[in-house]
Amino acid sequence: MRFGVVVFPGTWSDRDCGWVIERVLGAEVRYLWHRQSDLEGADCVILPGGFSYGDYLRPGAIARFSPVMEAVREFAEHGGLVWGICNGFQVLCEAGLLPGALIRNTCLEFRCQWVNLRCERDDLPFTHAIGDRVLRMPIAHQEGNYQADPATLSQLEARGQVVFRYCDERGERGGEANPNGSAHDIAGIVNPRGNVLGMMPHPERCAEADLGGTDGLFLFRSVLEVACSMAGIDRRSARGDRR
Amino acid sequence: MSGLVIDEGTLREVALTREEYAEIVRRLGREPNRLELGMLGVLWSEHCSYKSSRPLLRRLPSSGPRVLQGPGENAGVVDIGQGWAVVFKVESHNHPSAVEPYQGAATGVGGILRDVLAMGARPVALLDSLRFGPLPGSRRHLEGVVGGIGGYGNCVGVPTVGGEIYFDEGYAGNPLVNAMCVGLMRADRLRRARAGEAGNLLVLAGSPTGRDGLHGASFASLELDEAWAERRPAVQVGNPFLEKCLLEACLELVDLKGVVGLQDLGAAGLTSAAAEVAARTGVGARIETTWVPRREAGMTPYEVMLSESQERMLVVVEPGCEAQVVQACTKWDLEAKVIGEVTADGDLSVLEAGAEVARLPIELLTGGVPTRQLRPQPPASRRSPPRLPPLPPAEVQAALLRLLRSPNLGSRQPVFRRYDHMVGNATVLPPGGDAAVLRVLGTSLGLAMTIDGNARYCRLDPFVGAQIAVAEAARNLVATGARPLALTDCLNLGNPERPEVAWQLEQVIEGIATACRAFQLPVVSGNVSLYNESPQGAIDPTVVVGMVGLLKDHRRRIPAGFQEPGDVVLLVGQTARELGGSEYLKVIHGVVHGPPPSLDLARERAAQSLVLEAAAEGLLRSAHDVAEGGLLVALVECCLLGGLGCQGRLVAPDDLGLDALLFGESQGRFLLSAHPRALPRLQALAARHTIELTVLGTVGGEVLRLEGLVEVPLAEARRAWEGALHD
Repeated sequence: MRFGVVVFPGTWSDRDCGWVIERVLGAEVRYLWHRQSDLEGADCVILPGGFSYGDYLRPGAIARFSPVMEAVREFAEHGGLVWGICNGFQVLCEAGLLPGALIRNTCLEFRCQWVNLRCERDDLPFTHAIGDRVLRMPIAHQEGNYQADPATLSQLEARGQVVFRYCDERGERGGEANPNGSAHDIAGIVNPRGNVLGMMPHPERCAEADLGGTDGLFLFRSVLEVACSMAGIDRRSARGDRR
Repeated sequence: MSGLVIDEGTLREVALTREEYAEIVRRLGREPNRLELGMLGVLWSEHCSYKSSRPLLRRLPSSGPRVLQGPGENAGVVDIGQGWAVVFKVESHNHPSAVEPYQGAATGVGGILRDVLAMGARPVALLDSLRFGPLPGSRRHLEGVVGGIGGYGNCVGVPTVGGEIYFDEGYAGNPLVNAMCVGLMRADRLRRARAGEAGNLLVLAGSPTGRDGLHGASFASLELDEAWAERRPAVQVGNPFLEKCLLEACLELVDLKGVVGLQDLGAAGLTSAAAEVAARTGVGARIETTWVPRREAGMTPYEVMLSESQERMLVVVEPGCEAQVVQACTKWDLEAKVIGEVTADGDLSVLEAGAEVARLPIELLTGGVPTRQLRPQPPASRRSPPRLPPLPPAEVQAALLRLLRSPNLGSRQPVFRRYDHMVGNATVLPPGGDAAVLRVLGTSLGLAMTIDGNARYCRLDPFVGAQIAVAEAARNLVATGARPLALTDCLNLGNPERPEVAWQLEQVIEGIATACRAFQLPVVSGNVSLYNESPQGAIDPTVVVGMVGLLKDHRRRIPAGFQEPGDVVLLVGQTARELGGSEYLKVIHGVVHGPPPSLDLARERAAQSLVLEAAAEGLLRSAHDVAEGGLLVALVECCLLGGLGCQGRLVAPDDLGLDALLFGESQGRFLLSAHPRALPRLQALAARHTIELTVLGTVGGEVLRLEGLVEVPLAEARRAWEGALHD
C-alpha cells in the first residue's frame, strides 16, 4: 500500500508521517511536492502538520491554491482517501473539502499537550480498528478551535460526521477536556461520503511506545487494512505491519 | 591624534574609542571612509570581536577525543558514534529582547538555528535560558519572550525541549535571552564556513536585504540607557517560514559537490559573514553591492553591508556550480544570487556598480582590534551573614508550600506547553525533568540535553558559582542515565570596564575551566555577552551552561518522577550546614548572602559515576538532581512528576538544623527510586565510590509524609507548584 504525503513549503510533519508509514507500519511513502499535480498512485493522501506558506494570512488559506490541491480534490471526488492532520485539517476546511473553520484557541496560546479522544465512528476506513477505546494523542496548535454556523453543526451531528471529540480519560466530555474551545468538543470530522478526514491531534506522534503512546497506530492500521482489502491483496504481502 | 578629523558623535555611532580609531588609521596609513568606519565599528564591537574576553577564553579546555570542531566556527561538533555527530551552540540575544521582547527572542532562535545549519547539520532541538525581573512587573517581558520563542520555533518545526527561567531584581532593566540549538549530522558531512580558493563565488541565499538591524552588533555592546525605545530600529524582525525554507534548501545544498562552505549572516551582516569566511582560509573577498537582492530601492552600500536582515545565508561555491545552488533555492521559493567572489589579495573590497567604495584588509577587520586590557578588582569584602532563627518542625510545611509557589521553583509547564516539543518524533523524554532526551532516529542512541546556571551563586562567588553551573548541568544529564559529552557556554555580565565586572569575568572563566578539567569535558562553542547593564546597575554574573550527553541505548533513559508504589527512595550524597545563596533564604528570610554551597569536584564526580553505573545496570526507576529549593522541594518534584506520593523519615544530625537539611542546596546530591531488590547492589556501588546513600522512605499513596515534619496531599502541593507562574 502506498501513502502520499503532501509537502507544502512550511510543512514539518511530513517526515514524522513518513517515519511512521515506512518504519512502523511497513508501508510505502511518496512525498508529493506542492507544485505537482500527480499523486503518484497513492492509495491515501495525507496533508500533514506545519505552517504551510507560513500561514501568515490564515492557516491553510494559501495552501488551498496549490496545484497539488486540485489533484487532491479530484482524488477525493473519486472516493480516494484524504487525511488532513493539524495544518492539513485547516487546509481541507479552507479548500472547502470539509465544512467549518479552525480559529484561534480560546486560551489564545499555542498548546502542545496530550489529550483524550472519543471516537464516534468506527465504521470509517480511518477508524475501524479503534473500537470503543478512548484514545490518548498529542495536539500542537494555536488555531485548533473548530467552529461552524449552527446549521452546519447540526447537520454534522445529524449525518454522523463528527469522528473525534475531546474528552477525559474515561470518555466523558466537558470541563478541562476540551483544550481549545472547539464547538461540540470537535477534534475531527469527515465528509458525508466518509473518505475525507480532518483532525487536529497528531496520530503520527503516538505510534511508538518510545514516544509515550501507540494509539495513533490504530488509525494508520485501519487505513492500511482498508487499502489492502480494496486492492484485493493480503496486507502481509504488502510488506505487512511489523508490530 | 589631534590631527584626525573625526568627531565624538561619529565615533559613538560606531561604538569605537578614539584609541581604536587611531589604531585603524595607523594600520591603514589613511583615514577610513564612512563605510569602512561602519564596517570596522561592527566587527570591532565587543559582540563580534570579544576584545575584552578573548585572552581569558583561551583558558577553557576545548579539545577531546570526540571533538570534531571546537570554538571558532559557527558551532561546535562532537562525534557520537555510529557515523553521527552532534552540533550545538548557545548564543545570547539580550539587548534586542530587552527592547522588543517578541522579535528579540524570535530572531535569537533564528540566529542560533542558522549557526547549527552552517555546519551542515539539521537542527533537531532548541533550549532557552531566560532571566527576568520579578513578577508581576516582568510579565510583559516574559510573555513577549516566550511568545517569540514559540512563534519562531513552532513555525520552523524544530522542537523546544528544554530551558530554564529565573526571576531576580537584577534583571528588571536587562532581561536575558540565551538560545541553544542542537543539530545532528552524518559525521562525514561536516561543513566549515571557509571561503576556499580565489575564484570561488559568493552566493547570498534567503531573504532580500533590508534596512533592519543596522548597528545591532554595536548596540549589543553598549549599556541599555534611557533612550532604549529609540533603539528599536536596531532590532530585526523574524520570518520563521522563510527560515524553514532556507533550512531545507541549505540541507539540500550540503549534498552538492561544488558547495565549499556555508556561513550564517548574523550580527554585522554581510560584512561579518564575508570577512569571517575569508579570514578562515587567509584569502580576500569582493562584493558588488548592487547585485545584493534588496527589499527597497535606494539602499546605500553602507546599509547593504551592515544590514542585519534575518534568514540569510552566504554560500561559497566553486565556479560553475552556482546554477545548481540557485536551482535548489528556487525550489524553495528563495532568492539566491551571486554577489561577489573570493580573491587572493587578502582584502574585503566593496563595489557599487563597479566602483570601489571600500577596501579593508581582512586581517584588520577580524583580528586587528586591540585587546582591551581589563583591570580586575575583587569587590570589597561582604558583610557577615545575618543570624537566622532556627526552623521549627511545625513551620516546615508552610515553608515548603511558600517555596513551591516561588516563581523560581514552580512548574514550567505553563511555558513548555506553548512550545512544540514533540515535532520530529524524537523526544523520548519530554521537558519538565532534569534533561530532555532525544533518540537519534534509526539508531539506538539517545542525546540528553540541558541548559543551566545559577547566577545567585555566581554573584556570591563567581569562581565557585561557575563550577557549580558545569557540575549541575552534568548532574542533570547523569540523572537521565546519559554520560556528559561536551558543553557550550554563554557568559552574561555587565560592563567589563568596571573592575568588579572584569574580576567576575576572570573568575567565572577560571571556574568553568577548573570544572571542565575535573570532568574532562571540552567547551566546544560559546558566547560572551557583556554590557548587560541598565540604569539600575549591572546584572549578576550569569553563567549559562548548555550540555549534551549520550545514552548508548535511549531505552535505558531514566525519568525524574517516581514510577512504582513500593519502590525505595534514596538520597545520594551528603547534606552540609550550608544555606548560602539558597532559594530558602531568599523566599523565607528575604536575603541573598553567601557563600554559595561548597563544591568538591572529586566527590561530585564520584556521585555522578555512581548514578551512571546504577543506571547502566538497570537498577534505577527514577533519578532527580537535588538543586534549588533543596531536598524537600526535590522530593515533591519526584512525587508530582510521577503522580505518586512518598512516606519516609528524615533525621537531622544535631549540627545540621532542619532548615539546611530540608532546604539547603548542597551539591553532588541525587534523589533515586529503585525496586527494593536493587538496594543491596546500590549500597555496594555507593560503598565502592565512598558516597553516602541514605534510605529516605517508600514510594506510594497520594500524600508526601515525612514523620513529624510534613504531611501534604499531592493535590495541595500541585496547586502551589503549578500556580507559581501566575500573578
